[in-house]
Amino acid sequence: MKKNRNVGIIGVGQSVYSSHREEVNQPEMINEAVVEALESAGVTIDDVECIVHGNMELFEMIHQPDLWHVLGTGAYGKETLRVTTGGTTGATLVAAADHLVASGLHDVVLAIGFEKLQEGHTTGGITNMADPLWGRQLQTGALTGMTAAQMIDEFGEERAKKVAMKYRIQMDQHAMKNNKAHRRLGLSPDQAEELAENSPQLVGELRMIHMCSQSDGACAMVFASEEKAKALCDQPAWIKDHITAHREEMFCIFGDAPVLSTHRYAARKLFGRCGITNPREEIDLFEMYDPSSWWGSDWLREFLLLEGDAHLKMIENDEIAIDGAFPVNPSGGVIASNPIGATAMVRVAEAALQVMGRAGDHQVPKTVNQALASGFGGTMWTVLFLLTREVPS
Amino acid sequence: MARRVGICAVAQTTYQRDKWHERFQGMALEVLEPLLAQTGLDFSEDKGIGMSISVSDDIFDARTISDNGMTDVLGAHMRCEEKIAQEGIQALYYGLAAIQGGHVDTALVLGHCKESQGQSRNMVTHMAFDPFYTRPVGLDFTAAAGLQAQAYADRSDVGDTHLADIVARAGRMAQLNPATPEAPVLTREEVLASPMLADPIRAHHAYPVSDGAVGMILAAEETALAICDHPVWITGVGNCMDSFFLGDRDLASNFALKQAAARAYQRAGIDQPRDRFDVVEVSDQFAYQQPMWMEGLGLVDEGCGGAWIAGGGPDAMNVNRSGGMLAGNPLILGGLVRAAEVALQLMGLAGERQVADARRGLAHGVMGPAGQFHSVAILERD
Repeated sequence: MKKNRNVGIIGVGQSVYSSHREEVNQPEMINEAVVEALESAGVTIDDVECIVHGNMELFEMIHQPDLWHVLGTGAYGKETLRVTTGGTTGATLVAAADHLVASGLHDVVLAIGFEKLQEGHTTGGITNMADPLWGRQLQTGALTGMTAAQMIDEFGEERAKKVAMKYRIQMDQHAMKNNKAHRRLGLSPDQAEELAENSPQLVGELRMIHMCSQSDGACAMVFASEEKAKALCDQPAWIKDHITAHREEMFCIFGDAPVLSTHRYAARKLFGRCGITNPREEIDLFEMYDPSSWWGSDWLREFLLLEGDAHLKMIENDEIAIDGAFPVNPSGGVIASNPIGATAMVRVAEAALQVMGRAGDHQVPKTVNQALASGFGGTMWTVLFLLTREVPS
Repeated sequence: MARRVGICAVAQTTYQRDKWHERFQGMALEVLEPLLAQTGLDFSEDKGIGMSISVSDDIFDARTISDNGMTDVLGAHMRCEEKIAQEGIQALYYGLAAIQGGHVDTALVLGHCKESQGQSRNMVTHMAFDPFYTRPVGLDFTAAAGLQAQAYADRSDVGDTHLADIVARAGRMAQLNPATPEAPVLTREEVLASPMLADPIRAHHAYPVSDGAVGMILAAEETALAICDHPVWITGVGNCMDSFFLGDRDLASNFALKQAAARAYQRAGIDQPRDRFDVVEVSDQFAYQQPMWMEGLGLVDEGCGGAWIAGGGPDAMNVNRSGGMLAGNPLILGGLVRAAEVALQLMGLAGERQVADARRGLAHGVMGPAGQFHSVAILERD
């Protein structure tokens, strides 16, 4: 479908991510990200015409939180839109901002995702998403051991566990380069065996060390029409295309029959639309919503349309390292920082910073012409973004 | 110039006090099926509906990700669904952007809410207040409305009798609207005798608790003309956020509504809004809001809402022929139901309450304490 006009990302702001941001309230924490995003874009709040806002209400139990947050978002007197889609919310906010600018309704839009998970009960909140009649007794927050069990089943215990731990340590090494990241543990590869044995088990072989954090934090991004973006920014990150796919059921109730994941479906469709035939070659970088190192490892295969053990080899051969052939999450990813309503936006924002060449210490040592960013949420929901360095034609 | 976007189909459930026999999904299905039947659309991969925009609220639903569990009935299996977690009329704003931006040609809009689920909706709106300064005071949207109603009463000529007449008229209007079967017919005296809820708001001045769902199909011009004989074009949208703390605001000033309306008029190319609308639907959650919002929209002289009511203004200007929000629909769906009603009028499908030859209408939604956020949509037919 023909886009009405191009949209560029011209600014990114992030609060510091932490388990406890007790020194700020929600609007104040959001304001940190907003101020940094505006400065990064070289604009003031007066240049912003519309503010897009999102999170997951039941974590903090604030009803329609954009009303209170106007104190920190800068939305006073402006148009606003509030969109949420669970864990994918952050990426959906980017999609919404893209539409608002592409349509011509607005030239400059600010989008904000946030979560202050310390103020609620994250696992209780997530469990509460399950159907009260059919699923809530079975839901265990975000903890699902199935992927670990399936990978062990498919590739053998030793190899699967090694890959998951290698992925985990790789992500921590990336996070150590990102001063906004929440968990920067300073792990080294020689700790792999000890961690695999001693980290507390959550569900089966899904251990504490594999799992994402729960964080407080906010992310803000500034979007502009092609004309404005070119005037305001030397190198915007352009939104080439995006796709959203939802699926209610997470497994096949008839046994082990393979289930088409929304990740693979969305990637296949997006790549088809954008003429990408070999994603590993044509895409320079991937910011993935990886809730655990088991899911991160497994989902590489889905997003890159790989078969067999190609995804394990990518991890084993250090291809996903910041200086590897296909860098994944140079920011440290979700395992390092996870303020849920912001998390999926951070993926797009970090991919954008890499395209813009403004990722600082975790900038990959190559030109990023095309970057992929994913959001994950709900039961099995995917949002996938493709950003480019060149203006999309 | 971006392409035109039309509303091609409208459907809604009835709005009733307690649909104990139906779940969210059941209500949504009751809306989805007629929308598909009216347009002949489906969810097939290439030619199906491009995206689904839902409207619901996690806290009213008491469920994290209130669109989770709705996926299948929203046609979102392997498809795009995004939730407006704001006043429902914002789904039109968003659908307009997504279609004009070129991302999709068609969008399903579908909102649901069951206000009956909570012991009190005030428990929900109480949670909209910040936990440090305003929540401990015990504020909720009803209490905040009371403060605004008092401020408006001081500033305007609207008194208790006017408010009673608004409620009585809403009940009469609702008798012609099949979506509001439970709306009572009340006399002026009955309303005047009802107890105070949040002075000067009386119990009968408040919109009733209800459950229900409402939906539409939006489409880009070419598709709209192919699937619908009488598309209703979204020609203007506008919204505005006011500040949060009630003490920071002039509660009777209509600041946000004036801004929202000015933006919608500007986009629709309307210089002087007076007498330009054949039908108007405003979200009157409380009786005082009907004249107050009409003033904010620039359709009634400021401070003269009382004279407008006494002079038969609502009938003359076809305001809330549906019965309005006072006849019942859930809070978060208010503006979306108003837009659905205007679309039905412009399509000539409003049955016994049809306004003859209606060509242009205005729909209004409001959210937040004392009207902190307003959203306006202008709809027209060719």
